[in-house]
Amino acid sequence: MSLPTRHFDALIIGAGGAGLNAALQLASADLRVAVVSKVFPTRSHTVAAQGGVNAALANVLPDSWHWHMFDTVKGSDYLGDQDAIEFMCREAIPTVYELEHAGVPFSRLDDGKIYQRAFGGQSQNFGGDQAARTCAAADRTGHAILHTLYQQNIRARTHFFDEFFALDLVRDAEGVVCGALVLEIETGEPLLIESKATLLATGGCGQVFRTTSNAHINTGDGMAMALRAGVPLMDMEFFQFHPTGIAGKGMLITEGTRGEGGYLINKDGERFMERYAPRAKDLASRDVVSRAIVTEVKEGRGCGEHGDHVMLKLDHLGESVISKRLPGIRESSKIFAGVDPVVEPIPVFPTAHYAMGGIPTDRFGRVAMPAGQGSEEVVAGLYAAGECACASVHGANRLGGNSLLDILVFGRLAGKDIIDFVRENPYQRTADSASLDQAMGRLTRWDKQDDGVPVAQMRADFRKCMEDHAGVFRTEEVMQEGFERLCELRERLPEVRLSDHSKVFNTARIEALELENMMDVGFAIATSALHRQESRGAHSRPDYPDRDDQAWLKHSLYSKDGDRMDYKPVRTKPLTVESFPPKERVY
Amino acid sequence: MEQSSQDAASELRRLRWQCRRGMLELDHLLDRFLDLGYADLDEGRRETFLRLLGEQDQRLSDWFMSRAPASDEALQDLVDHILDVVRAPAPGG
Repeated sequence: MSLPTRHFDALIIGAGGAGLNAALQLASADLRVAVVSKVFPTRSHTVAAQGGVNAALANVLPDSWHWHMFDTVKGSDYLGDQDAIEFMCREAIPTVYELEHAGVPFSRLDDGKIYQRAFGGQSQNFGGDQAARTCAAADRTGHAILHTLYQQNIRARTHFFDEFFALDLVRDAEGVVCGALVLEIETGEPLLIESKATLLATGGCGQVFRTTSNAHINTGDGMAMALRAGVPLMDMEFFQFHPTGIAGKGMLITEGTRGEGGYLINKDGERFMERYAPRAKDLASRDVVSRAIVTEVKEGRGCGEHGDHVMLKLDHLGESVISKRLPGIRESSKIFAGVDPVVEPIPVFPTAHYAMGGIPTDRFGRVAMPAGQGSEEVVAGLYAAGECACASVHGANRLGGNSLLDILVFGRLAGKDIIDFVRENPYQRTADSASLDQAMGRLTRWDKQDDGVPVAQMRADFRKCMEDHAGVFRTEEVMQEGFERLCELRERLPEVRLSDHSKVFNTARIEALELENMMDVGFAIATSALHRQESRGAHSRPDYPDRDDQAWLKHSLYSKDGDRMDYKPVRTKPLTVESFPPKERVY
Repeated sequence: MEQSSQDAASELRRLRWQCRRGMLELDHLLDRFLDLGYADLDEGRRETFLRLLGEQDQRLSDWFMSRAPASDEALQDLVDHILDVVRAPAPGG
């Protein structure tokens, strides 16, 4: 097969914070680096991150990377790898300074130092007073970081393939990953990019759920590519849901609404959280509130024509409180829900927000997978960073301010490791024909023109099934039923057909390819969740309500081949300090 | 004739991809507007729509959420029009 082919030292798939920070390291070291992005790079989902980046700079209150590490281990419900967490918390400090020097306009204190704000889950002195650890560029930190990194990459001559969709990784005759087959969206023509090292940095996969806060681009493309290349996904059952997304749409309604006195009601007008959490009521933890909402809906007390959501009531707070303390909520509710919260309640439902799991890597971003008998092997030349990866720093739940940190630290370190790898492995490998045929098969499969199930229908059925059976309400019965339903959908996938077979900007074809990716990733989530018989962090099971360290202090590994589950131990030994042993989490 | 309708279809698909953004809110507004309101725009406003799509996500978010006015009158006019077309109907209304 003769395909147009380009050669680079490094190929980066995805142009969010992780991909661009890795690319910048590489381009600055004069390596030839290609970044493939399905949308224009500054339209990556990093742009939506408002919160900030955690780093123990101690500019506002006393702080240390060790306290940051403690908070992160505790926040992970002890499932995070403590060596990776120590590493991230130490590296946070130089990473933020590097970004500052690159031009990120962090908010400042009067003395000129970087301002740091307090966030939930941050403590001084190992669980003591509130810490102030989050560096932010006003309320648009993700935007500021993404634009700075993009501009620096342009300056460093990174080669961008904008609006190219990665189909699959390709391997040489020895099975070593040596690049990817990509599709130019504008022309519909494939292009082979051969590289000495390849980094997956494609972000999250929230679109697998019907209600999500993630942008439409977050379809788990890199995770699915890894699965198809035989790499398992790790800890995929841990998915952060936010209790109050706008029903049917997913946009976040901040928890601040309930902090200011807003509360949830069902179709009878009952303030139902009083039944589920008599003391904390609407301020109970996210998983408790999310599950209560789903229970109300399941038991027939949901609101609206289809009884599929509950209401968040704010009108009793008055217009001035809503406008002053909850800016944006009124506007957002009016636009996306058609209601003015000053006079009527907002329809809400839990919204899928963040994947803690992903492609397993070591702390240098190298993809690492089991090699039998408990040992691990690095997959030569293959890297992953950002939300699609799992360096295991978030474990079972992520702290606010640690997601931008994760993408920046591990993007940067992956970039640095690739530089060494390419110097030690300077020869370009060539994709073999079997590997190329397989990747091309992803494309040609959609050329069939007979009647079949439309992509949009399969997509809707799949996302609804994920929401109903692998979302916040996770009992054996619900999940087993869901798994069987997912299997039925997967069996019908070969019958799905495109109606538009044009080449130029065929977005329907891209959506079909994304659907395949989402279904692969959805199985990873549903299967991992079904098997973990305990409640830990974001994985909450009413039928196994307690954390079970004896049986389940271990990482899940889902492989696509036979929907197989394996497990590996949590790395409880940090690099230089004492371990934090598992304790009950109290906040 | 057939060629020009093919061109129009591929132009619409190209615009559809430009409506893929980094924020869900923008995806929703722009994608739905393409379905519900783009066909009714005159040539001048179609050019303004192209300019709008060329703006940064953060700016678009500020304009649509009324945190800041758009950078010129034509863009602001189009932002208001998109909101009118796409804004969710009141429940039961």
